[in-house]
Amino acid sequence: MQNAQEFTYGVIGAGSFGTAVANILAENGKVLLFTRRPEACREMLTQRTNRGQQLHPNITPTIDIPDFCNQCRLIFPVVPSAGFREVMQQFSGCLQPHHILIHGTKGLNLHLLPNEEMHPGQPVSRQQISTMTEIILQETVVLRVGCLSGPNLAKEIAQGQPAATVIASRFTEVIEQGREALKSPRFKVYGSNDVTGVEFAGVLKNVMAIASGILSGLGLGENAKAMLISRGLGEMVKIGRALGADSSAFFGIAGIGDLIATCSSSLSRNFSVGFRLAKGELLPDILANMNEVVEGINTVKLAKGVSLYYHIETPIVEALYQTLYNNQTIAESLEYLMNYSFDKDADFL
Amino acid sequence: MALIHQQNKQGLYNLVIPDIEQWPIYLLSKDRAPFIEELVSNSMAHIRELLGDSKQKLHDEIARALYMERIRMKTEHWRVDPPDERSFWRKVNETIAHISTQKGIPIGQPTDEDARIFHEIVARYANEIPGIFSPNTYRFASRVVTFGFARLLNTASGMFFKNEFRLGDRLKITGNIEKIRELALKGTLIMTPTHSSNLDSLVMGWAIDAIGLPPFLYGAGLNLFNSRIFGFFMERLGAYKVDRRKKNLFYLETLKMYSRMVIERGCHSLFFPGGTRSRNGALENQLKLGLLGSAVEAQRLNFMRGTTETMGFDASHAKKIYVVPVVLNYHFVLEAASLIEEFLKRSGKEKYYIDREEFPGTRLLTTFLWKFFAAKSEVILSFGEPMDIFGHPVDEHGNSIDQHGNCIDISRYFVSRGMITKDRQRDEEYTRLLGNKLVESFMRTNTVLSSHLVAFTAFEILARKHSRRLDLYGLLRLPEEDRTIPYTQYAKVTEHVRDALRQMADHGKVQLANHMYGDINRLIKHGLSNLGVYHTQQPLAFDPDGNITSQDMNLLYFYHNRLTGYNLEQLI
Repeated sequence: MQNAQEFTYGVIGAGSFGTAVANILAENGKVLLFTRRPEACREMLTQRTNRGQQLHPNITPTIDIPDFCNQCRLIFPVVPSAGFREVMQQFSGCLQPHHILIHGTKGLNLHLLPNEEMHPGQPVSRQQISTMTEIILQETVVLRVGCLSGPNLAKEIAQGQPAATVIASRFTEVIEQGREALKSPRFKVYGSNDVTGVEFAGVLKNVMAIASGILSGLGLGENAKAMLISRGLGEMVKIGRALGADSSAFFGIAGIGDLIATCSSSLSRNFSVGFRLAKGELLPDILANMNEVVEGINTVKLAKGVSLYYHIETPIVEALYQTLYNNQTIAESLEYLMNYSFDKDADFL
Repeated sequence: MALIHQQNKQGLYNLVIPDIEQWPIYLLSKDRAPFIEELVSNSMAHIRELLGDSKQKLHDEIARALYMERIRMKTEHWRVDPPDERSFWRKVNETIAHISTQKGIPIGQPTDEDARIFHEIVARYANEIPGIFSPNTYRFASRVVTFGFARLLNTASGMFFKNEFRLGDRLKITGNIEKIRELALKGTLIMTPTHSSNLDSLVMGWAIDAIGLPPFLYGAGLNLFNSRIFGFFMERLGAYKVDRRKKNLFYLETLKMYSRMVIERGCHSLFFPGGTRSRNGALENQLKLGLLGSAVEAQRLNFMRGTTETMGFDASHAKKIYVVPVVLNYHFVLEAASLIEEFLKRSGKEKYYIDREEFPGTRLLTTFLWKFFAAKSEVILSFGEPMDIFGHPVDEHGNSIDQHGNCIDISRYFVSRGMITKDRQRDEEYTRLLGNKLVESFMRTNTVLSSHLVAFTAFEILARKHSRRLDLYGLLRLPEEDRTIPYTQYAKVTEHVRDALRQMADHGKVQLANHMYGDINRLIKHGLSNLGVYHTQQPLAFDPDGNITSQDMNLLYFYHNRLTGYNLEQLI
């Protein structure tokens, strides 16, 4: 029993990134891959594939929460942010103080009442936002929590290409155990104690990924993209700071690293939404035929709300918000950005 | 052990453990010599570990301690300092220098004598820190406090021959006292009060006695021992000495080890997590984590010992440590004027300057007590819900309860790869989390008094009115003629804030004193009369037209700060 607990890792969520994480973990031990959908579980058991990825022989799909929690000590929740709290509530009865959770979800949770929706242009303060780490702490008894973030495009990881990631936790043992579990010749794991910074960097970069997709869709070149990445990073830092994060994480793997990857790759969901918008498709149509959640769409609204609340100048966020939520055309947004009075470079330092 | 629930004639609780000789603090004192021996060896082992077992680092630390102690003795000598300390440190100096030169070892290099000096220094501190608990002194002091206070109370109220008032009428205790008494028998209590006044330790001492708990170990500033009589009592009541002048590694680590070991031995302890008195009058939101860290470490060691004893993973029978937050609520604080002055000087720097006369000098404690009792003011001691060292609430059996109402085994927070392990960084992080939980608990446990409410609304109305023109420091220098608030407006806003507080109280986010309910005009009068009870310059008063004004903006700001952190400002 003790040995089983020692070497069985758990992954909650069988999306493309969850599956990729499970495959890396499987190189170092047994893995239970939890999915809420029994049919998906059956399919994985019979087909041994998921989301186009071959499942490692060490992976066992499961829908049994008590057994999952009983067997796994180190657990990686990788579920969309919108459903994260609900999933944690489902697991909370079985999670115990000895569990360690390292989540891989890049999103934020806005505190709303049931059936309440965020109004367009509503200011948002830090008190109204929970990071995924905070949700784990609020909903479960687990204290040893961390997050996994970085330029980790699931498809590239699945193809066995080299990649780097950051495990951020206030607990050194969480970083060490996470690093040990994920050790792989093609996956380099860095550590950080700045959980908030790493989480906000990972979330905010999705906004810039949509913008980058738009530029690409418009057929604009590398100069425009470089402008977006550098100015976008500045806006990310400003918003992150207002929310209480340290800036250093924004300049590491989970910040600039992830930003470059998502702003450059058509594999990124957020990027492809922007790309298709620029090609003239409408947002509801794009989202309707995406089979996974696009975190950046919600993040644009939140980033706009935070900028309003803390009086931060974030023209890229503003332009994107107007495009996605106020029917401003892409041409108008681009014009707005080019006419905006940026005059000082690197004003966020 | 059965718990004795009855209260005695004075309305106080009977002792949970009637036999003094069974008290952990008594047993510890009886076992003093072997305890100190253990304290020395544990401290030395711990310091060695901190220094990475490096002889060079040990030598450097000895030299540093010597240097710091010589400066202390030269610049800050106290009467309480032992007469032989100069000769002791002179010998340390001679030993280091002598050996180094005699053996041809250059000064600054480690020597064979370092280990002996190291032991002597730690042993010296280990003998200095602990007090000696004396049951006789305890009985005497307990009677003096209860009887003396009550007599003073009645005398000051003009009723020397009547026993109409008891101490408990003025010092009110709220909270789940029965649970705290139960837990005192099941585990070790760490009482963590907020700190507003020098009177706090006296009030806490009385309260602990009043609810029938044995005395708590309490680290008292060594300066208090300068007074021979005070020192005599403090030492024999179980207070241990904390010398804030000594900042060297050996002293600090021995002190920390002492506080950890007494908790491990089941001695209930008290310390003010805010470190010092709240300078700005607000509830503490930044805590000194050092002693909280001792509690976390002691809990882990209790669990480790528990699992070793059972040869397995079951630590459920190991002694648990319970943290009891306490908020002390005063209508007025003796030292308010000097505290806020100090705070503003520190935070305002050049923006804060005094454009009027200095404050009157510190009054004697007896004057304060006399005024306190004569004015029929009350102090409310709000005991918060006891928690484990992770901040989970506990039931009356001492079980930790999670957010869903289930019992949890907290020893498993120390489990790594199937075993309870030592991890200093993990302990530090748990300590930080406990600090956050304590701050949250202070906010919930705080009992709002009328004086806090009237000060808060008055200051916020003035701040709002002048916000465009003045910053905080400008506001504090507001001319008297600009400080008037029309009564009708004031009463309306005060009622609005009071109603919001009532809603918060209904949701358990704060507590309200009984006088906070009912007619708003009466409440305002109550607040104003209590707020001004001690100070010569009234923080808040009625002007001849019946409007509200302040004679001392600093004091108004100080008392106002008690209600910051609840987002009430937006209601003004």
